Amino acid sequence: MSAIPDYQELLCWVVLLPLSSATVLLLWRGVPKALVTLLGVGSVVGSALLTALIGGLWLQSPEPFTQVLWSWIQLESFTPRIALHFDGLALTMLGVITGVGALIHGYASGYMRDDPGYRAFFAYMNLFVAMMVLLVLADNLLLLYLGWEGVGLCSYLLIGFWHQDPANGAAARKAFITTRVGDTAMAIGLFLLYRELKTLDIEVILASAAAAWRTEPYMPTLIALLILGGAVGKSAQLPLQTWLPDAMAGPTPVSALIHAATMVTAGVYLVARLHGLFLVAPGALEVVGWIGAVTLLLAGGAALAQSDIKRVLAYSTMSQIGYMFMALGAGAWQAAIFHLMTHAFFKALLFLAAGSVILACHHEQDIFRMGGLRRRLPLAFAAFVVGGAALAALPVVTAGFWSKEAILAGAWSSGHVAWWAMGVACAFLTGLYTFRLVFIVFFGAEKIHAHDADLWRMRVPLGVLMLLSVLGGAIALPLAGVLPGDPPTPSAHWPAIVAVAAGLAGIALAWRWYGRGAVAPEPTALRRLAQAGWGFDALYGGLFVRPLYALATANRADLVDRGYGVIVAGLGGLHRMVLRLQTGRLRWYAAAMAAGMVLLLGAVQWT
Amino acid sequence: MDMTTAASAWLLPLLIAIPFVGGVAAWYAERLSLTWPRWIGLLSMAAICALALWIWAHADVPGVVPAHGTPSWLIEFRAEWIPRWGISLHLGLDGLSLLMILLTGVLGVLSVACSWREIQQYVGFFHLNLLWNLAGVIGVFLALDLFLFFVFWEAMLVPMYFLIALWGHSSQGGRSRVYAATKFFIFTQAAGLLMLVAILALVWLHHQNTGQWSFDYDQLLYTPLTQVQEYLLMLAFFIGFAVKLPVFPLHPWLPDAHSQAPTAGSVDLAGVLLKTGAYGLLRFVLPLFPNASQDFAPAAMLLAIAGIVYGAKLALVQTDIKRLVAYTSVSHMGFVLLGIYAGNTLALQGAVVLMLAHGLATGALFILCGELYERLHTRELARMGGLAQRAPHYATALMFFALASLGLPGLGNFIGEFLVLAGSFPVAPWITAAAASGLVLAAVYALYLVQRALHGPPADAHAIEDLTARETAMMAALMLALLALGLFPQPVLDLVRAPLEQIGQWYAFGVPVR
Repeated sequence: MSAIPDYQELLCWVVLLPLSSATVLLLWRGVPKALVTLLGVGSVVGSALLTALIGGLWLQSPEPFTQVLWSWIQLESFTPRIALHFDGLALTMLGVITGVGALIHGYASGYMRDDPGYRAFFAYMNLFVAMMVLLVLADNLLLLYLGWEGVGLCSYLLIGFWHQDPANGAAARKAFITTRVGDTAMAIGLFLLYRELKTLDIEVILASAAAAWRTEPYMPTLIALLILGGAVGKSAQLPLQTWLPDAMAGPTPVSALIHAATMVTAGVYLVARLHGLFLVAPGALEVVGWIGAVTLLLAGGAALAQSDIKRVLAYSTMSQIGYMFMALGAGAWQAAIFHLMTHAFFKALLFLAAGSVILACHHEQDIFRMGGLRRRLPLAFAAFVVGGAALAALPVVTAGFWSKEAILAGAWSSGHVAWWAMGVACAFLTGLYTFRLVFIVFFGAEKIHAHDADLWRMRVPLGVLMLLSVLGGAIALPLAGVLPGDPPTPSAHWPAIVAVAAGLAGIALAWRWYGRGAVAPEPTALRRLAQAGWGFDALYGGLFVRPLYALATANRADLVDRGYGVIVAGLGGLHRMVLRLQTGRLRWYAAAMAAGMVLLLGAVQWT
Repeated sequence: MDMTTAASAWLLPLLIAIPFVGGVAAWYAERLSLTWPRWIGLLSMAAICALALWIWAHADVPGVVPAHGTPSWLIEFRAEWIPRWGISLHLGLDGLSLLMILLTGVLGVLSVACSWREIQQYVGFFHLNLLWNLAGVIGVFLALDLFLFFVFWEAMLVPMYFLIALWGHSSQGGRSRVYAATKFFIFTQAAGLLMLVAILALVWLHHQNTGQWSFDYDQLLYTPLTQVQEYLLMLAFFIGFAVKLPVFPLHPWLPDAHSQAPTAGSVDLAGVLLKTGAYGLLRFVLPLFPNASQDFAPAAMLLAIAGIVYGAKLALVQTDIKRLVAYTSVSHMGFVLLGIYAGNTLALQGAVVLMLAHGLATGALFILCGELYERLHTRELARMGGLAQRAPHYATALMFFALASLGLPGLGNFIGEFLVLAGSFPVAPWITAAAASGLVLAAVYALYLVQRALHGPPADAHAIEDLTARETAMMAALMLALLALGLFPQPVLDLVRAPLEQIGQWYAFGVPVR
């Protein structure tokens, strides 16, 4: 075993730490609260430290390695293993999941301190981290699918965490079922992929895709599009984006961890991980970019019309993931992952800060009932300004600027000027909706008596994430060996200047309109449409949900069963008919006997 | 130990005799105490489990698949019965039957355990019926003589009728237990008659061709048949097994029987009895009539999709928790049917894993339904809600098995469904894609069940009794089994590999030239 450095054996513990903690917390109901905190937060912090250790040692000689745990299934050529694959992309994702995850867990231990479901909350959160890490480390697509569904389950459990309210349950089910539609497409993609290549091993697929489909672009395109279905569902992109705003029903740390920093970016990870497949399917890659471009604009527009603090951030997340999809489509792979990371920093920051605001305002989430909070909640205010600036890509001083610039540059120099233009338009929208939120909540007249309820373990994560939102752009990602290089930086400077100007113009306009606070605007038709996420819910409700239920309800009694009822009724009728002959009248019997005799004799005579 | 010795051959009749004798003993023991029949039942079925595991550990499960056309058995037993007509007591056990018997043993133990509190009347007679039914099932899994097979097939039926009719529940305003039992009986009996006719016809055709009377599986496998004869016989056998599976549109007996049966009856029906249908298709229909089965495959696969979608959609709108679970069985068995008729290794293995996983998961769900009925005296979902607060352990268990049922990766059902679909895809891509929609519908009905039963505001402020130690033990065992099947399925796959590949060969290449 000398060939394998010892530290590589530790990789599985990045999964096992949170997994075992989740198991203990799930099974041991009487666990003391202090121990819940210790296990729940400690396991993820442990995973983060372990990731740092492994990453540090690995970076000295960055060769990808695989840790095989056991053989899962062996049937002919179908041989998926339970095996973990580690490379620069995995390290980046692990850093985000365990690093940001640990900060959010720490924050959550304060945020959820009085909740009766404290134990279950950390059990689900730990399980989520384990599944997310598994998704990222999986060396084959079947194991990835396990992690993929696992995070979906945790997302379901945590959205519906306060399950006494049926509305939360509905939101949770909507999230699970909508993503499952995408996952089913993805599963079909996997069947097709297996039929074509006889493997689900990611490294083998990447190595053989180009050779297998040198001349035929149809099959890889179809596979890539089916797999994209899964990515679109998880990442809340068109047309499966409708679940994300409702998912805000979960506790706010959940929104920060699952619905901003990690799970919703799994689709981006999946496409990046399978870049070899998408590169031989240029048509599919084009679709990825268009989905991103359209989603970012629609979501940016919808964010402008929201009045719930978390729904603004949800639509903003959708829009930022749109940027990542656009980057993938433009072949700016590294820019996409870069933005994934910086977005995880500043969006987690924004959600956690929103959590502090919500807690301080006694679970009020309507921004028009807040206002002027900057004096009472200085830390949340600072966090919102820093996070908002990063989201709006304030030049040079924020991490978001560097990653968004890289994406727009990639779109420009790969020749997708339309995407670039949509990205710039949305940069304007982003500046506008972000600072609309900041100004309405923190400026103007004070409308609510806020009471700062943060503990130090909530303040520390906010501080660290503020630092990361400012400086995170300086992190050099070890992606060179894993992902293809991005398109070259454009020679002209003016596209970048236009993008920056658009963002600043958005902020300026926000100041002009909302700088002194605002009251809820009159609901015009357009506003209502945007607030409802452009009516997709109504559309899907009319197209799928209601017809399906109507059809199912109409057949509640099982028509097939009724069909057999006809046979039974027929037999019953026959039975009653024959029964009627049995009248009990002697005359009738004698006549029947005589008639029968005549017939019988006649028949004998005849033959 | 060498399993080919004459001594070990007696293990097979022993497997059938244990529950049979146990049943009689339980009936008599009722005079001594009401607890005795329960312990006798429990020990009999535990003995079956132990015996099956012992055989698994000691038999040489072949690593290589025997050549096409040579059925091979781990253990074979043969004794004369009616030599005039070529009828013998011929039993044979291979990996497939061993796995099914193990499942029968496990669910048998659970059936007895879950009746511990529920059944308080005619305890001895109840266990007689339960054990005789299981003896019949084990006989079905072992019989290699078609006459004997039919005897066991019918022997399963009568005790089950009594289980439903005597210890069942009649739902208010709904159907009575006698109605359900009669419906079950007539459906199965009609299909069984059709199969009997087909068996006799096959034997007669065999006699016409060879001059010998034989009901023996090994002989009948090579009966030369014309295309029409083969198709008609295949159809009759198919219908016989399709009612049991059940295949859409032959399913209407199932929701009634399940919902009115006592818990043990439902567990037994869903976990084991439905599997005899799938087993019959694998053991008899595919090898006896390979060409006709090939021709029929598209139709069977379409029926499979119809079952998947139809069952799921009906599950979606049920208000009775047991009926809901019953309709999910229709949906899951659609996947099994799809896998069987896809016929390649992946799909067949998937079908068998799914049979096993469905037996465990749905068995658990029915046990949970029964426990709920004992506590709330209702099966109406509308009168539940909020059980997550009122009985948290119970809620965890129900959630777990609902998730298993929707095919969550990491649990057994997922392995089964994925293998079935991955195996069927190259054979019939469009049908498989349509069947995959069942995965979405499964999520809808499973989460609907969770929502209605566990979440929402509590229907009643009173706490109810949470799982007892006995119930917790049952649930924990089933959870571990499903996790093991989901994460370490290889031992099961290896066990059934040889028989399934042989069946696949019959199906793919037809009758071999002898």
